[in-house]
Amino acid sequence: MLNCTKLASLAAFCFIGISAPRDVWADVKIGAVLSITGPASFLGDPEKKTLDIYIDDINAKGGVNGEKLQLVAYDDGGDANAARTFATRALEEDKIVAMVGGTTTGTTLAMMPLFEEAEIPFISLAGAVQIIEPVRKWVFKTPHTDRMACEKIFADAKKRGLTAVALIWGTGAFGKSMREQCVAAASRSGTTIAHEESYSPRDSDLTPQLTNIKGKAGIAAVINADFGQGPAIVTRNYRQVGMQLPFYQSHGVASKQFIELAGPAANGVRLPASALLVADKLPDGDPQKPVVVAYAHTYQDKTRQPVSTFGGHAYDGLMILVEAAKRAGSFQKSKLREEIERTKNFIGTGGVVNMSPADHLGLDLTAFRMLEIKNGDWSLIE
Amino acid sequence: MAEFLQFAFSGLTAGAVYALVALGFTLIFSSCGVINFAQGEFVMLGGMITVFLGLAGLPLPLAACLAIVAAVFVGLGIHVFAIDRARDATTVALIVITIGASIFLRGVAQVLFDKRFHTLPSWFGDDPIVVGGAAILPQSLAVLGVAAVIVVLLWALINRTLLGKAIVATASNQLAARLAGINTRLMVGLSFAISAAIGAAAGIVITPITFTSYDIGTLLALKGFAAAMLGGIGNPVGAVVGGVVLGLSEAFSAGYFSSQYKDAVALVLLLAVLFACPQGLLGRPSPERV
Repeated sequence: MLNCTKLASLAAFCFIGISAPRDVWADVKIGAVLSITGPASFLGDPEKKTLDIYIDDINAKGGVNGEKLQLVAYDDGGDANAARTFATRALEEDKIVAMVGGTTTGTTLAMMPLFEEAEIPFISLAGAVQIIEPVRKWVFKTPHTDRMACEKIFADAKKRGLTAVALIWGTGAFGKSMREQCVAAASRSGTTIAHEESYSPRDSDLTPQLTNIKGKAGIAAVINADFGQGPAIVTRNYRQVGMQLPFYQSHGVASKQFIELAGPAANGVRLPASALLVADKLPDGDPQKPVVVAYAHTYQDKTRQPVSTFGGHAYDGLMILVEAAKRAGSFQKSKLREEIERTKNFIGTGGVVNMSPADHLGLDLTAFRMLEIKNGDWSLIE
Repeated sequence: MAEFLQFAFSGLTAGAVYALVALGFTLIFSSCGVINFAQGEFVMLGGMITVFLGLAGLPLPLAACLAIVAAVFVGLGIHVFAIDRARDATTVALIVITIGASIFLRGVAQVLFDKRFHTLPSWFGDDPIVVGGAAILPQSLAVLGVAAVIVVLLWALINRTLLGKAIVATASNQLAARLAGINTRLMVGLSFAISAAIGAAAGIVITPITFTSYDIGTLLALKGFAAAMLGGIGNPVGAVVGGVVLGLSEAFSAGYFSSQYKDAVALVLLLAVLFACPQGLLGRPSPERV
């Protein structure tokens, strides 16, 4: 008897299992290949959570053009090969209409050719400028580039009369790329990089590099290009060897975790970051304020985790896509692409986006705010 | 001079971290000739469990003790469920099992804890001690101190107690040791437990300097292994010498030569030493091979 009930429930379960996807197939599928686990998980995890929260929210409000959205998410673990495989599956089997994802530059570069070939819009969440330069017809991105970070730092340093800087960079992909962009941006902005030091991502003590910088004459400021725990160690060692020069970090450390790890040594550090980090501190007239405050509060309420700029990039990507679909009146791929490219005055967490056929990012330097860490918290300069 | 001292202090800090990890390799190698590549995961567990128990509201000293106890159980678990079951396998197979165990532990830690970096407060504050114009953090001295204490205890265990002799006997010839009435399985299990405790203690004391996350074990194990080989594996003093030499060579090549090539310089040094004396700086040639 018991066996019969078990069998019946099993059959019922199977039936539900089979019938459920049929309803789902009617939905519009948005692809998301993200690095939810692995070394870039601190980027991919908030991105996935953000997409989940906002797709549910959009569906609860009736969907887009009367159609419900369904997120088809894959975890590539930070591996570019896996990302490419999942992207193929998303395109060929799931028949996604667009993709919001590609957590890292590596995974994005691996997936880009597939989307160019399949002619499906791809909004990347990765940093490097190579994604949108040269412009590819079907590829867009939402995060600021490392070149913009360099330019913003140099502009701020120049304002303070600091034109000779030392650069200390991590030899990971992010640090290397940012170093190249900083070297290129330096000559354009009239700043000289007087000295360079580097370190491996897992080094536990960086005082030799900093001692060398300290011993060089004529350096007015120090810039650290890296993300992860490296910058926190650099910052602690910076205070340990008693350096007093103005110290800049990149947007790569724009999370509360950096302040927690670096402790009191983080005070006085400046960095360019998106308005999201200082949502509640923005002046009331700021056009971004309503958007970033709403996103920050929604994310923190739903996940009980502090907001980071990375989830914000996913929010921007999804909303740019949804707005474009609304203007296009459908998810027809070429119309959708054209409308994404026509995005104007879109206010996202990363800044005000004005795309064009020549610019698939659409942010300018005003998108970055210069922040200084004071008493263990972000504060706005400017 | 101040520069030289600063480089030396930096090398000592990094070296002390490597030495503590290298020490963990020593004992298991002494008892069963296996390089335990899950040693780095013991270091990770020590730091992570302390952090999370601390976050749960436990006082840190208690959290640290519990973390060491937990790591000991994990070490015993690896022995009972993996190594002991494969005790008839070759040494290479056992080493591969430890690699599997390390991947497993990393995966569990990723799910059980989280994927973020964490830190612990320094034991004696964050104000650097300035000597001759160079600054050293008190925590670096704590790491060196803990390493010294572990070396003395380990040395005393191996050379001055019957238990230690039994572990050494197990390492040199399992059959003969069994015939002499030594419970060799217990000895190997014990060496896993003690190594896990050493690893966890290392993880707790280095976390204020290096930070911790679920995946720090891999690189620490690699550097610690290099240090253990450099000093002569199986010798606790050698582990510390190897760690400090590796740390100092990295720091001086970063300071005087080029920070980009410092890892290469350290590895070339390692190769050169092993080429000149394959048993490491303080290692003895194993009698079986003569």
